[in-house]
Amino acid sequence: MNQIWPLPGGVHPEENKAQSMQLPLGEISLPSEMVYPLNQHIGAPAKAIVAVGEQVLTGQLIATARGMISANIHASTSGTVSAIESRQLPHPSGMNGPCIVLTPDGKDESIDFERNENYLELERDELLEKIRNAGITGMGGAGFPTAVKLNPRDEISTLIINGTECEPYITADDMLMQTRADDLIKGTQLLAHLLGNPERALKRVVIGIEDNKPDAIAAVKAAAKETNVEVATFPTRYPSGGEKQLIYILTGQEVPSGQLPASIGIVLQNVGTTVAALEAVRDGKPLIERITTVVGKSLGTQRNIRVKLGTPIQHVLKEHAFNEREASRLIVGGPMMGFALEQDAAPVIKSTNCILAPSKQELPDPPPAQACIRCGMCAEACPASLLPQQMYWYTMAEDYDKLEAHNIRDCIECGACSFVCPSNIPLVQYYRAAKGTMRQIAIDKEKSDRSRQRFEFRQERMAKAELEKEAKRAARKLAAEAAKKKMAEAKASAIDATDSDDPAAAAVARAKAKQLSPEEQKGKLERALSSAQSRLEKAQARLAEADEERKPQLESKLKQAELKVQESLKKLKDLDLNGDNTATSNNTVETNEVDPNDPVAVAIARAKAKMNMDPREKLEANIESLKKRLGTAEEKLAVAQAEGSDTAAALQTGLEKIKGKITTVELELAALPQNSAKPETAPIEQDAASVAIERAKAKAAASASMSPEEKMREQVASMEKRLEKAKERLKKAETEDDKNVEAFRSATQKLEDKLAAARGELEALN
Amino acid sequence: MAFMKITSPHAHSPGNTGDVMKQVILACIPGLVILSYFFGPGTLINVVMASFTAVVCEAAVLKLRNRPIEFYIKDYSAVLTGVLLGLALPPYCPWWIVAIGSASAIILAKQLYGGMGYNPFNPAMVGYVILLISFPVEMTQWAPPRPLLEGGQALMGPMAALQQIWLGVSVDGYTAATPLDVFKQNEGKLLLENMYREAPIFSNGSWAGAGFEWANLGFLAGGGYLLYKKIFTWHTPVSMLATIVIMSFIFYDGGSSNSGGSATFHLFSGATMLGAFFIATDPVSSAVSTRGRLVYGAGIGLLIYLIRVWGNYPDAVAFAVLLMNFAAPFIDHYTLPRTYGHEQSRRATEKQE
Repeated sequence: MNQIWPLPGGVHPEENKAQSMQLPLGEISLPSEMVYPLNQHIGAPAKAIVAVGEQVLTGQLIATARGMISANIHASTSGTVSAIESRQLPHPSGMNGPCIVLTPDGKDESIDFERNENYLELERDELLEKIRNAGITGMGGAGFPTAVKLNPRDEISTLIINGTECEPYITADDMLMQTRADDLIKGTQLLAHLLGNPERALKRVVIGIEDNKPDAIAAVKAAAKETNVEVATFPTRYPSGGEKQLIYILTGQEVPSGQLPASIGIVLQNVGTTVAALEAVRDGKPLIERITTVVGKSLGTQRNIRVKLGTPIQHVLKEHAFNEREASRLIVGGPMMGFALEQDAAPVIKSTNCILAPSKQELPDPPPAQACIRCGMCAEACPASLLPQQMYWYTMAEDYDKLEAHNIRDCIECGACSFVCPSNIPLVQYYRAAKGTMRQIAIDKEKSDRSRQRFEFRQERMAKAELEKEAKRAARKLAAEAAKKKMAEAKASAIDATDSDDPAAAAVARAKAKQLSPEEQKGKLERALSSAQSRLEKAQARLAEADEERKPQLESKLKQAELKVQESLKKLKDLDLNGDNTATSNNTVETNEVDPNDPVAVAIARAKAKMNMDPREKLEANIESLKKRLGTAEEKLAVAQAEGSDTAAALQTGLEKIKGKITTVELELAALPQNSAKPETAPIEQDAASVAIERAKAKAAASASMSPEEKMREQVASMEKRLEKAKERLKKAETEDDKNVEAFRSATQKLEDKLAAARGELEALN
Repeated sequence: MAFMKITSPHAHSPGNTGDVMKQVILACIPGLVILSYFFGPGTLINVVMASFTAVVCEAAVLKLRNRPIEFYIKDYSAVLTGVLLGLALPPYCPWWIVAIGSASAIILAKQLYGGMGYNPFNPAMVGYVILLISFPVEMTQWAPPRPLLEGGQALMGPMAALQQIWLGVSVDGYTAATPLDVFKQNEGKLLLENMYREAPIFSNGSWAGAGFEWANLGFLAGGGYLLYKKIFTWHTPVSMLATIVIMSFIFYDGGSSNSGGSATFHLFSGATMLGAFFIATDPVSSAVSTRGRLVYGAGIGLLIYLIRVWGNYPDAVAFAVLLMNFAAPFIDHYTLPRTYGHEQSRRATEKQE
């Protein structure tokens, strides 16, 4: 005898199993109409593949499975499809659903079933396919598609065949085990073959039967002799036949909360399902009939019948001399977990194991519930070790957190607590309601969580965008301020830099000129030029028209206009030259990624560019500048010699020096092709450049540290000095009747203009 | 044709709450008979008066609350409350004591909390404690048991009893100290051995005080019957009695004048057995799970012993039960059973596993 783990809790309701076992397995006549609900199983409803008016044969597929968790439906007799419409379902809710309605022709013509006695030689997948095609689902109650259950992902060590049938009144499985014990064993071996093949670790195959079915136990034990199928019996106690309960009784293992038995390596199948699976692979017969217990004291005959699926329950009742007036209710299933029907039009489906029509004495109407006194009898009866009385109080209080903590989800709704409750409280109904509400709350919570996340993300995104905008605004403001400041500084430094010989200062000055971009400057000058030209034209026109006496006045005006035009043209020319310069420097600047608005940086960049110049280019530039200097020096020397100046000698030596320099540089240039990276010149050049950089920097720093007023004043002072010098020279030139006197005069004039401008600025600053 | 739509389960075990209450009342009979044998008809009169008052009060409040009177009276819970209070009261106490106690039990302790099933405290014990605090003199005068009667003195007859109860005609010298009183007053005076010899209540008794020991045996028998009938589980009474035994062993002190008293003495004197099987097992106000009931019973046993030995009252069942009634919901939160498919039991206060 194998070890049995006694079930905690459980109850002993009156068995009432004898009345339906008095008569042999019966058959009933064909009804005038068959009804096949499209959803007889757990999962997606099947899809009808027949049309109204179509002729079908027994066993013909009339609806196909939709997806994995679904099942085929076959016609259980031959006839004509008369409707596909909504009909009452055998469901606790009493709801209607889509059904195929068939009018039998009475001939019961069958399609040819594909028999195969050597089914064990078939491939495993082929066997599963046959079971799936036959539309087999769990016949014990829940109706889960069998093929899915027989193809678990987990490794299966134990196969349990459930012949417990712990519900009172029901004897369908008892009858099946007594009449078809051999097929049950063969079916069990088939399922074991499927689960244990290939390379699976199936160790134990056991059929569990409660000890109140001695005839069935004897029959199955006889059939199981000399097979590896074990037959286990255990004391009768409701609800031993519950999946989780039977697993515990036979193995001592518990299915972890919220998981399937397969997770601990166990598969459990009902005896009816097992035989149906065998019929599907051996006889090729789909699931079109089953054994159902028809029982209750309001019936004239109580027995088990082999009934075609789709037979309306009212037809079954009529065949058993049903006395409506006597009946207290009509139950599909047993008295503990079965559900009451309001209408008897619903059909027998794959999971209908019992039709119970009790009399009013048998199952009287429930008395009104009394107050719960927490006697705890329900907790004693609970097979899941819950505290039903606490769950009841928390359900009443709608305290779903507490219900969760009391594991209400592990309630199997067996009804043992309600059965023993002395106050007749319909406890299970409270739990069903609470579970439904909790499911709804969970769905609502997920929904609201998702929308809250969405909202929060949106808020975050918007805040981020706002911040970015703010940062951009701030950066723009800062840049504007910096530009303003720089403009002022550059203006200030540019004035004293124009006349300086310092290359860095010159660079700064050029950069200052670039404050207005060359294009802008050019545009401005062009505009000025065009306006000056138009004024000149106007003046000329007026002069032509004017009287004699106004002529001198107009002539002077004309001269002014002419001068202005010339000046503008000259400036524009300068700018074009400069523009080319700045354009090249601009390029360098860009490549070196220097802020073009920063004059210091531009000067530094230019110096650097110089450093980076190709040595050949550098030398050539050198030679050119030296040649220029040579030209000017020669001119100066000629002037000096002509004047008989004492500087002539000095100029002479300077000229010689420049000549010498030109020859060395030319030599260097000649040497360069062989050695492109000239080490001697590079440091020199670099030094000169870095010196220029340093100077520019120092100047910029000095001017930055000075207030604009001071700078101005300094500039004005230096300009005054220079003006004085220029005037002296001009005088000297005039007295000596120098040919350069004109140049001296214009230079002095310019200086005077500049000084006036500087003074004006200084005044403006003050 | 339409049928009744009724939710499963459709089958139901026979019996209802009224049957449970009737069983408990039935189980009180051995104790009541023994009390009546030793102390005369006083207790029986108490029981009848208390039950009657309880039912009248219950009906009156139900009427005020617009509840179906017959439906609730038929659950016999009011009768049981009256019976238990009547058993606990001293025999021949004035009628108004019984009336006040019973009315307090039903109206204050039960109906004001919402009636059947909603009372957090044991109604009979609330009534008893109200009386004990309000009328200490009347509540501590016990009649002498039969073996203590002197020559020529007889147990009070029904007529004399009614006279004393209703008219206050007291029979001279017709009171005696209970074993617990004697024990309390002995503290630090005599060795237990000497006390047992000298005090008539002990010298006339067999092991724990004349009369009282037998009454306790009667209640023990009734409790055994209820256990057999599965009206309640063994957890509360057994853990309560076991705790008393353990405490008695620890503090027995070899029977000195400061001894806590023997286990036998504690088990069979006062209201120990009545408390263990009829008071502590009241399901409404006790803990719900089996583990919880073990804790709850042990708490009552501990408190009974502490108050008896070191407290101011000679007996303590009512106080101990009421104190543990307070603790019951707390105990419930931490003593959930381990549910099928779970590694361990949870706490009722947790929100996520």
